[in-house]
Amino acid sequence: MSIRHALLALLTEGTKYGLQLRQEFEARTGEVWPLNVGQVYTTLQRLEREGHVASDETGRDGAQRRFRITADGQRELDRWLRTPPDATPPPRDELVIKVQVAVRMPGVDVREILQVHRRRLVEEMQRYTHLKAEADPDDIALGLVVDAELFRLESVVRWLDAADARLRRRPAPAAGAAPNEQTRPAGPAAEPAGSAPAREQARR
Amino acid sequence: MSAVLSLRQVSKVYGTGNAAVHALRQVDLTVGAGELVAIMGPSGSGKSSLLTIAGSLEEPTDGAARICGDDVSTMSADARARMRRRSIGFVFQDLNLLAGLSAVENVALPLELDGIGARAARAAGLRVLEELGLAERAAHFPDDLSGGERQRVAIARAVVGDRRLLLADEPTGALDSANGEAVMRMLRAACRRGIAGVLVTHDAQLASWADRVVFLRDGRVVDQTAPSVGPGTLLAGDVTP
Repeated sequence: MSIRHALLALLTEGTKYGLQLRQEFEARTGEVWPLNVGQVYTTLQRLEREGHVASDETGRDGAQRRFRITADGQRELDRWLRTPPDATPPPRDELVIKVQVAVRMPGVDVREILQVHRRRLVEEMQRYTHLKAEADPDDIALGLVVDAELFRLESVVRWLDAADARLRRRPAPAAGAAPNEQTRPAGPAAEPAGSAPAREQARR
Repeated sequence: MSAVLSLRQVSKVYGTGNAAVHALRQVDLTVGAGELVAIMGPSGSGKSSLLTIAGSLEEPTDGAARICGDDVSTMSADARARMRRRSIGFVFQDLNLLAGLSAVENVALPLELDGIGARAARAAGLRVLEELGLAERAAHFPDDLSGGERQRVAIARAVVGDRRLLLADEPTGALDSANGEAVMRMLRAACRRGIAGVLVTHDAQLASWADRVVFLRDGRVVDQTAPSVGPGTLLAGDVTP
């Protein structure tokens, strides 16, 4: 998420105080992107240095200064809106590596590993969905942000499901080979889902 | 929280000998009043068998199914049918609305079958349709309703009267995401009013509406999510200046 461009966008509506910019940024991202004061003001300073914003008063701290967007800033914003987002691979790729490693390791129940990640992802989806469910259905800003995360997480779950199906179909290992794909017994269901490792998983 | 549905070591086997198919193996599941539980698993994992046993449409081969405190295996077929009409609502992907009946008549039907007078049943049906924002469509026939409206009528029929248990199998069917979300909001609201809900799906987005997600694989419960956690600081740390 680019704070700089979000701040520039807010300034297209008119001049605003630093404090006001921070409050509006949070409100429009459904208050799920908490910002600290420092982030807003250092970004504003940088934008000012680059000539994208200007402020009339100097000498005061960022919260109490009024900022406006410059013609340069407007051009930068237009350019950004039309630039494809950074296509750096998402964290899922680390998951792909983990699963590939697990497939090659003897004695590892790969499908159990898949399930650990599936559960963690679904728990995260539950948190987003509950946030959406409790919110005002007309809160468009929150709905957009939450849906984006839900679709992203869902795509990873679907990849896990596809991987699971692929593993089911693969030929059974030769006799004597390490059984790394046994069906997990019912026992682990009793394992508390909120256990320490599960919570660790939930923190990225 | 009182248990509305309780499955204890439930197994279901179809066929015998070499042809035996183990659809469910020693499944334990308890769903309390006011709770929405999603059962998630791939095709063939036993989801549908679990739902038919939870709805007393089938008996387990082994283990015990209790619905509203009653052991299903000790009930007569009549008593079971009565319990289904009174206490259990079903929502299936294939809605099974009767084309010859209007929306409100479809909703009131289970009450009338249960011996409630036509007028009282209709009034109860209208009340539910109103809650689901469909009052003005009450007199329309299923063919004159949109897909989303038909699905809401099916939900109204499933929660009308004094239902205690709501069983839903892929209830958003082929609906688009906005209509699907509206349907899930309704199911969740029904549960918040005290109904116990079981939602069977392979779709993680649908499952994420539940208070708890139980994962089924090869007929076994292999895992479940932790009880709901608050939104906390979702997305914190994803911000780059």
